Parts: sequence; structure tokens; C-alpha cells
Amino acid sequence: MIRKTVTDAREALQGVEDGMTFMLGGFGLCGIPENAIAELVRLGITDITCISNNAGVDDFGLGLLLQKHQIKKMISSYVGENDEFERQMLSGELEVELTPQGTLAEKCRAAQAGFPAFYTPAGYGTEVAQGKETREFNGKMYVLEEAFEADFAFVKAWKGDEAGNLIFKGTARNFNPCMSGAANITVAEVEELLPAGSLDPNQIHVPGIFVQRIFQGEHYEKRIEQRTVLKRT
Amino acid sequence: MANFQISSLSDSQINTMLDKNGIAKRIAQEVKDGYYVNLGIGIPTLVANFVRNDINVEFQSENGVLGMGPFPYEGEEDADIINAGKQTITTLPGASFFDSATSFGMIRGQHVDLTILGAMEVAENGDIANWKIPGKMVKGMGGAMDLVASAENIIVAMMHTNKVGKSKLLKRCTLPLTGVGCVTKIVTNLAVLEVTSKGFMLLERAPGVNVDDIKMATEGTLVVEGNIPEMAL
Repeated sequence: MIRKTVTDAREALQGVEDGMTFMLGGFGLCGIPENAIAELVRLGITDITCISNNAGVDDFGLGLLLQKHQIKKMISSYVGENDEFERQMLSGELEVELTPQGTLAEKCRAAQAGFPAFYTPAGYGTEVAQGKETREFNGKMYVLEEAFEADFAFVKAWKGDEAGNLIFKGTARNFNPCMSGAANITVAEVEELLPAGSLDPNQIHVPGIFVQRIFQGEHYEKRIEQRTVLKRT
Repeated sequence: MANFQISSLSDSQINTMLDKNGIAKRIAQEVKDGYYVNLGIGIPTLVANFVRNDINVEFQSENGVLGMGPFPYEGEEDADIINAGKQTITTLPGASFFDSATSFGMIRGQHVDLTILGAMEVAENGDIANWKIPGKMVKGMGGAMDLVASAENIIVAMMHTNKVGKSKLLKRCTLPLTGVGCVTKIVTNLAVLEVTSKGFMLLERAPGVNVDDIKMATEGTLVVEGNIPEMAL
């Protein structure tokens, strides 16, 4: 067994520097690497490029990095729900590259799986395809999209083991598996870190080979963006 | 697997010119037994309320769930189980969770039978614009470009005209496109229309709405052949 465990976020994020490109898992505030984000805020590194489906809210998730002006560029599919983001984008402080959500996921998976690029129908005929190679296959048009290149991927799982194997819960899975192994170093934080052998190999969602460092996170807030409930009658 | 009720309303709310629930109710008739359906945010979400009880349908949400159920009861909400609108949801028997790349594989690979989404504009050639208004804050396309580029059966749910009374069914879209030549059917507060090589083919009228009303509200080419029936709701 190859051990991937580190003690905490501080050790897990060793080597992060100004100007790096990071992938961050999560959809909205669901399944985001809360501990890694907190550590990035503490380290105060700047000029970061973040590949993340969303940009958090004003006071949580990536919003915490935006507040401190640590982010230079966001690559996302949807960035609503964040006033500070809007302010920085409109003032030109923050660069934003909007990418269709499926393309965003596939650009991560391609990086993980060793594909330099792939063709997708998404965005053909729109401004997303401008400047990109297009090609017809079986009578339908496709756009060539390139794999991402990132220095670190920060992912969050429900359970993990010393070997770096990961299991997710519910829709907190989202981008986390595609980003695992898609950057030079993948840091996984988990709610529960278990000894090797504790997890059933049949149930692993992300094999440990895609993870370089794993630690048990703490103080998960798991904030809900839209609490929609039914009244009991 | 069965449908579910998010909000309650009475049939008396549907009279002349459909409201949002009326549009959703008419679209629900397009949902067939055995369909996997992706519902966009807004009016499309309401469609789930009106799907017949005697057919089996599964709702997909692109953040990574198939077999989406109603909102949870108060106190049972789980931050790890949300839909693409970031709302807390539940799952029904037979449900599954998956990562974002797999989710868009289902969409791009045409495993999802029906996509229902909103729009700002639809053109008579099937082009759709629903993600960006130049000069206004752009939140992003989310998964819309992947959905419209891939799905074989795309129904647009929208009001026939915008807030200032201008037609949303156009010869050509004026806003930045989300996808080209992809919309198959449109259900508005006035009519059901099909996109054909001749233009918008009028299929049905909303209760109390006549063909001239629809002609007046449609900027694109409206094809009227024979007697146009009133929607059966």
C-alpha cells in the first residue's frame, strides 16, 4: 500500500505558489474543498487561476478568496449568486472564462485520462467556439476543446482511506472525480479518513492512484444555498 | 420513478393565456412513459408537478442525479443532495448519483430522451438564445450549451413575448446564441409550435386565444395549416 496521508491542510497544500492554476471540486457550495480554500486564504497567495464550476457566494466557498483579491482568473460555467464577483468582473480586476458545464467537466477528465483535446458539439455556432477548430463528424459539427493544465486539484470526498481511495455522498460528487488526477498534484480532503482495508474496493469511486495527498478535514459547514423544503401536513 | 408534486394549484388558475403552470401542464403531455428527462430552471421545473401518475419517468439533474424526487420535508434536507438549481431535493427508489463528466456523457450521448428549458429568444430555424444579454451581468451558460447541442428532443418553455411585448419567436435571434438549429418544439402562454423547415408551425392555441393573436405576437414566419385546435389541458 502506498500511503498518501498528510496531517492537515497546511501540510497538504505545501508547494502552492502565487500565479498557479488550481482545480476546485464542487457544484455551488455542494462538495467544495472547504479546508483547502481556508488554507489558501490563510496562505494569502495571489494571482490564482481557479477552474471551478461556480465561484461560491460572497462569504463562503471561493467567495472567501475573492474577498481577499487572491483570484486573477476564474474558469467556470456559472457565476451568479456573488456580488463581489460581479463587482470585480465588471471593474476588470477579475478575468472570467465561461465554459459550458459539460465541456468544463470533460476538459478535467481529458487531463486526467491523457487526452490533449476532444471534440464536443457544445457551443458550436456560438461565441464559445470562436477561434477554435471545428469539424464535421457524421453530418454534425463539433468544436475542438483542449484538456486543462493545472498545478493542483483540490477535491473533497465523504470517506477516504490511507491509500487515497475516495467515496462520495450524494451530489457532492459532481466535479470531484473528474478533477482527481487531472492536475500535477491532487489533494483530497475527506470527512472521514480510514485505515487501508476499511473501504470495500468494490465501492471506491476514485482509486488512490489519482490522489497524491489525503487528509481528514475539519469543521465542515456544508452550507445550503437554496433550502427548499415541504411543510409537513 | 413516479412524478411528484412541488406546489399545489387548481385548474381554475388556467383559463385564457396560460400562466407558467399552464405552460408546464401542457408540456407535461410531451413526457412519455420510460423517458429520462432533464428539466431546466424556471417554468421547466414545474413540469414535474403535472406528469401523469400512471407512467414511469426519471428526472435527471446535470449536477449528478437521476431519479430526482420532491423537495424534502422540513428538517430532512441534506446539503449533499441538491439539484442543478442548488435546491435541496430527495431521491426516489431507483435513483443514482454520478460525477459531472458522466452526467454530461448521458446528455451528450443522447441517453436523456427529453430536455425542457427556458429561452429569451428562439428563431424559426431552431436557434436558441438563453444565456447572455450584452451589457448586462453575464452569469454563464451552465449546462445549457451542452444540453441544446446534444439532445434530440428539445422543448422550450417560455412566454410568447417579453416584458415590453416584443416577440420572442423571431426570424433570427438577436442575442448571443446558446445553440444552433436545435429546438424542436415551443410551448408558450399562447401556443404550441413546432420548428419546421418552413418556419414555426402552429399546432395548438391556448384556451381563448385565436390565431390572429398568435400571428400578432410572432415575429418569425408562422405557418398556419388548416384548423388549429385549442390545447386540451
